[in-house]
Amino acid sequence: MRTLVSPGALRSPRGKVVYGVVFAGTLAVFLLAFMFPLYWVVTGAMKSPQELAQTPATLVPHEWHPETFADAWDQLSLGKYFLNTLVVAGGAWLAQLAIDVPAAFALSKLRPKFGNVVLGLMLATLMLPATALLVPTYVTVTDLPLLHLNLINSPAAVWLPAAANAFNIYLLKRFFDQIPDELIEAARLDGAGPVRTLWRIILPISRPILAVVSILAVVTAWKDFIWPLLVFPDTGKQTLSVMLQRVAIDMPLNVLVAGMVLASLPMVALFLAFQRQILAGLTAGSLKG
Amino acid sequence: MSSPRSSSLLAWPAAKPSRAGRPAVSPEERRRTRLKRKLKENLTAYGLLCAALVVFALFSWYPIVRGVLLSFQQVDFVNAPTWVGFGNFTRLFEDPLFGVAWRNTLLFTGLALVFGFAVPFLTAVLLNELRHAKAFFRLAVYLPVMLPPVVTALMWKWFYDPGPGLFNSALGAAGLPGGQWLDSSTTAMLSLVFVSTWANMGSTTLIYLAALGTIPGELYEAAELDGAGLWKRLRHVTFPQTRFVLLVLLLLQIVATMQVFTEPYVMTGGGPDDSTVTVLLLLYRYAFVYNDFGSASAMSLLLFVALGVFSAWYVRLTRKADQS
Repeated sequence: MRTLVSPGALRSPRGKVVYGVVFAGTLAVFLLAFMFPLYWVVTGAMKSPQELAQTPATLVPHEWHPETFADAWDQLSLGKYFLNTLVVAGGAWLAQLAIDVPAAFALSKLRPKFGNVVLGLMLATLMLPATALLVPTYVTVTDLPLLHLNLINSPAAVWLPAAANAFNIYLLKRFFDQIPDELIEAARLDGAGPVRTLWRIILPISRPILAVVSILAVVTAWKDFIWPLLVFPDTGKQTLSVMLQRVAIDMPLNVLVAGMVLASLPMVALFLAFQRQILAGLTAGSLKG
Repeated sequence: MSSPRSSSLLAWPAAKPSRAGRPAVSPEERRRTRLKRKLKENLTAYGLLCAALVVFALFSWYPIVRGVLLSFQQVDFVNAPTWVGFGNFTRLFEDPLFGVAWRNTLLFTGLALVFGFAVPFLTAVLLNELRHAKAFFRLAVYLPVMLPPVVTALMWKWFYDPGPGLFNSALGAAGLPGGQWLDSSTTAMLSLVFVSTWANMGSTTLIYLAALGTIPGELYEAAELDGAGLWKRLRHVTFPQTRFVLLVLLLLQIVATMQVFTEPYVMTGGGPDDSTVTVLLLLYRYAFVYNDFGSASAMSLLLFVALGVFSAWYVRLTRKADQS
């Protein structure tokens, strides 16, 4: 693949030297900028409190205290907050799939009357900066119209607004649009209704887009801070991020840092496992949405 | 919805009255069954759509209307809401922090663009030339994006600590004087911009990298044959070819950085000397500290107006790209 620098120039003796220097420099900068902070946090968690307070800081811990991770787990009740976050993120994921997939299918393949108006009204919400609706949505969540339910401190306060995601519907609809109508027609001639068609034909061939939507949903819910901060005033119901921020001032630094490492692990593991889907979602998420 | 075959059947009902064992049906009857099928299809479609319509109505469309109404009401959840006209806006304009918050936010956005726009682009151009360890570079630059923003903020707050923090320790080891970082009103905002750039540059870099990968190699070859040097090729091939992506990400970044909240909330709380009070932080205070939801909504409305232009432009651009 031809890029800015020609392969010929790279093969020349001078080109090889320049390339080597540039490569080594980039590698060094990347290690320093992106790997070193992670090293610092993980080793910092294993330093003793005295060593952490020492000036200047030590590069390698003098004494290793890996048990800090276990202490952090107990002192911060991480088990409970992991479970809270899991319920919030998992529910947001399920709600998005259960609500957005049928909607996108209906708009793409059944094309009901006024379908374009509905789609347009949904897409119009993409023009709103997320935080512009913060206050009115909060007010709505405290007292749902008609139902008069108060969702504060309930995970549904995250699940349901997450499902009102025009971007998901857009992404899914674009994918469904590419599925030939003949396939649907054939299913109909075989006697399958629309729901059966969606379940047995569309979903199995839509795995790539379902993976992208799923990962976007989970990552967004796990990383979110401001909305959970508002809707979970009950400290026992909070997610990891909200809890960490709340206890940050009172906790011994080594315990807090260990808690931060543990709270990040699931997302890092997810990234390592689903790199390809995440990066696919990234380009889909920014350029075509 | 009707396939070409069935419509041709409808068009010449008399010519082929009974085809392949099908009983002859009168045109009216056929129209009636077609209408029935259409109705049934519409009902199924709206059945599948109803859950989405409910959540959009409750959590998007209704809050939009409610937000505008709230902006002109006095609401504290204790007394019944009263209409105050532009009272909330007047209250905001009279708050000395209002101007400060907008200035700080614009400063943050400006600085974030300088770093968050140039650095990822140059990084992507550089990475695109490297032939080795591609997977590592991509993984490394994207890893911070996966960290929960609160963790990133708390982590950097500790790095910035003037005492045993990472930065001043490193500077001290090199024999250089340490900085005040978050503790000085002149550097606090800049320090927050660094964090935000570090945390978010992974996604922009990889998007640029994807865009660079689509540039046809012949363009570079032709430019080189015409005697264009490295800089000229960058200026006349790379730039124009990625112009669209650059523009889209510029808009996206403006919209995102104008809504900055987590970093100032977690790292500085708006200080020192209100130097990191952003629009969203002030909005949060109005709603959840002062319990003045009307003024907070008025603030949202102003933020929306300020960002709506960019958002509309962004949606239009991407839809245009989608059609081409």
